[in-house]
Amino acid sequence: MSEVAEYVEVHRHPEPKSFLWKYVFSLDHKVIGIQYLLLAIVAVFVGMGLSLLMRMRLVWPAESFGWLGALFPVGAPDGIMTPEFYLAMMTMHGTIMVFMVLTTAPQGGFGNYILPIQIGAADMAFPRLNMLSFWTTFLSFCALMMAFFSAGGAPISGWTGYPPLSALDSAQIVENGQDWWIISIALFCVGSLLGALNFIVTTLELRTKGLTMMRLPLTCWTWFVTAILGLLAFGVLLAAGVLLLLDRNLGTSFFIPGGLVINDIPVTGHSGGSPILWQHLFWFFGHPEVYIAILPGMGVTSHILSTFARKPVFGYKAMVYAVCAIGGLGFVVWGHHMFMSGMSPYSAFVFSVLTMVIGVPSAIKTFNWIGTLWGSKIRFATPMLYSIGFVSLFVTGGISGIFLGQPTVDFLFHDGYFVVAHFHLIMGVAAIFGMFAGLTFWFPKMFGRMMSEGIGRVHFWLTFIGVYAIFGPMHYLGLIAHPRRYAETTGVDYLAAAGANEIHYFITVAAIITITAQFLFLFNFLWSLKKGQKAPSDNPWEATTLEWAIPTPPPHDNFEGKIPTVYRGPYDFSVPKAKRDYVMQCNSDEMAFGPASSD
Amino acid sequence: MGFVLALVIWIICLALSIPFVTKTWWPPEPITEHARAVDDQFLLTCVVTGIIFILAHLALGYAVWKFRGNRAGSVSYVRGNDRWEFLWTAAATVLFVGLTFMGYTMWAEARFAEARSMEPSEDRVIVEVTGQQFVWNMRYPGRDGKFGPLDVNQIDDTLGNPLGVDRSHVDGKDDVIVPRMAVPVNKEIEVVLRSKDVLHNFFVPELRIKLDTVPGLVGTLRFKPDKVGTYEIACSELCGLGHYKMRSYLDVKEQGDYDQWLEEQYSFLE
Repeated sequence: MSEVAEYVEVHRHPEPKSFLWKYVFSLDHKVIGIQYLLLAIVAVFVGMGLSLLMRMRLVWPAESFGWLGALFPVGAPDGIMTPEFYLAMMTMHGTIMVFMVLTTAPQGGFGNYILPIQIGAADMAFPRLNMLSFWTTFLSFCALMMAFFSAGGAPISGWTGYPPLSALDSAQIVENGQDWWIISIALFCVGSLLGALNFIVTTLELRTKGLTMMRLPLTCWTWFVTAILGLLAFGVLLAAGVLLLLDRNLGTSFFIPGGLVINDIPVTGHSGGSPILWQHLFWFFGHPEVYIAILPGMGVTSHILSTFARKPVFGYKAMVYAVCAIGGLGFVVWGHHMFMSGMSPYSAFVFSVLTMVIGVPSAIKTFNWIGTLWGSKIRFATPMLYSIGFVSLFVTGGISGIFLGQPTVDFLFHDGYFVVAHFHLIMGVAAIFGMFAGLTFWFPKMFGRMMSEGIGRVHFWLTFIGVYAIFGPMHYLGLIAHPRRYAETTGVDYLAAAGANEIHYFITVAAIITITAQFLFLFNFLWSLKKGQKAPSDNPWEATTLEWAIPTPPPHDNFEGKIPTVYRGPYDFSVPKAKRDYVMQCNSDEMAFGPASSD
Repeated sequence: MGFVLALVIWIICLALSIPFVTKTWWPPEPITEHARAVDDQFLLTCVVTGIIFILAHLALGYAVWKFRGNRAGSVSYVRGNDRWEFLWTAAATVLFVGLTFMGYTMWAEARFAEARSMEPSEDRVIVEVTGQQFVWNMRYPGRDGKFGPLDVNQIDDTLGNPLGVDRSHVDGKDDVIVPRMAVPVNKEIEVVLRSKDVLHNFFVPELRIKLDTVPGLVGTLRFKPDKVGTYEIACSELCGLGHYKMRSYLDVKEQGDYDQWLEEQYSFLE
């Protein structure tokens, strides 16, 4: 019996020959996936650079850095960063990281590249739509960068852009920066909506013969659920962005109430709007966005833990249900971001209960990851190290949510550093560890070479300990009631008295070391592209899913027209009586266990 | 490798937990019954989450150490276990939802009670707090106990009328506006929150309360301080470039001192 089914003509676009159509305006999901990854890599280094400046401002608010003065004559006159420069960095750091990194790479990058191959498809369902998604996202990134160079500089209203601050230029003393920010967000929403549609249709329609939904790798499940979240969430943000743009430029009053007086000058021409309306619209998108960032990381972690533990995922069905539950519940908890906005105490209580319920599927995932490792034989390759790191970070970042989900305890922590610690660990760093794991894991398939294990290990240790050294102490800043988004600590006496400056100093040193260590990863990535050890086989990790059954790097239409049939679930490791310690999804029983007569 | 990783995971877990036990960095002393109740709920949450946090990291570390690739024996082919699955789902549900319901009374006390008792009380001190970039304005109703009407067109910071109080109105004549808040100890205080421009947030760590000041809306907070002292008011909602230095003080005074302070304010006005 053959491993492949009959020849199917699926790819409607022939392999392009010219550079422009092959690598720039490509219709190939693999090229588009890599384009998304490259965009995310550029964005993440910009975002990290901004965070470094913020850390420096917090610790040395009055220090003069000559090179900064040369780079930012307005934001840092004479090399001394102004408070508004800090807030601009903060706004751009948040926006770049959340949208351009955490939303692009896990879904647009890895999902685009891997999903069609894992489900046995030659490409995404709509290749042209796929190309349009990427280039819209790219334009969105360019628009965001324009905010830096517009009159008055980048906006200072935070990545949440709460009006009236974001709606009235006189309140934040910027001009077009906020408009560029909104245009960027709106474009991003369009790109993500198109991408989401594509992912959903691809998963539902293009699965190969035998690949039922309950045989999907968990990576595909998380990309699928993430796409549904994106489809439902980004439309709302798009609408909110358009309304804010109208308020700013055409004199509407969706978010601006009447009777405002800014700096002794009455605001005219606006009345009847509600700043709270923006918060509802924003967080109706914003909370699912957290799961858009982290769900693919969960999928990659489940996938890699099982592969390198040589053991099936513990409780596959429970994992699928947990992913769906997290996705579903993610839409009914947005109110916990608004506990202190003056919302009805009744609603706050309902949002609180629902928020705490999200802890349940999250706990199920954690227990099942540990259950997967239990009784296994772990191979400590770098993808596995990052995945184990992910589990630890997910637990640490998730557990502080139990504090913040209770409105009473939130009295103390809302809009403070405890929140900063919480979301950086769970949606920032944990998601990034998912990407590290994914990139090291799929690198040999993408480029035919292995990434360096040695550099990878050093990078893992520095980063794993480094991120804990950065974000762990932020919990303590939260405990001493340090409000977030402060350009310096000199404004409030109790902070210095409680030791805030020492903690800030420690965090800044840790951040400098950890950020420097990221160049190791970049170096490893670039060096391994050219000089990395050649992948020893098409399946160097001895994994089970379809992407490892095809040549390396994958041919233009993935399966060269011979789409395989799937015979089993995705994580058949160490199956008793099997010839090898793994059985691939495309292996029939006969291939895996030998002729049927033996048993 | 497995052992080193386990060790690092355990050390990180320990290092993160210790300051919560030694209370090296801790919220400032609470000064109301409500604040102490918040702290109790916070401590309970610390215990519950602390146990889960430590157990999860112990188990994770143990697994990567014990089940390293070169150990003897073979991989146990287990695809899951419904009983365990049910057990930890049930346990997590009871713990997490239980915590919310335990905190419910306090939340109700803090937020529902004030909604219920809107009728003015003899004994209650009412202070109107208005945020603006980047100062707090505290308004007292004066001897007549009535706040004067506000008129946006009369707002003028330089003339000392940042709120636009109509001074020609009989209720507005004696309104006291100060940059610092004074209240008597052991009295119920009602804070009425407003904003002139953008969002701000009224936060006094010792009170364990905070609420956004939303332009166009009026918010209410209640508290009853039982300790004399000076406490800082920090803005907790991003309000612009001076956000970090937008602060004021809450002076909790003995009744006598408070009355005297109020008299001084009246005399300045007259």
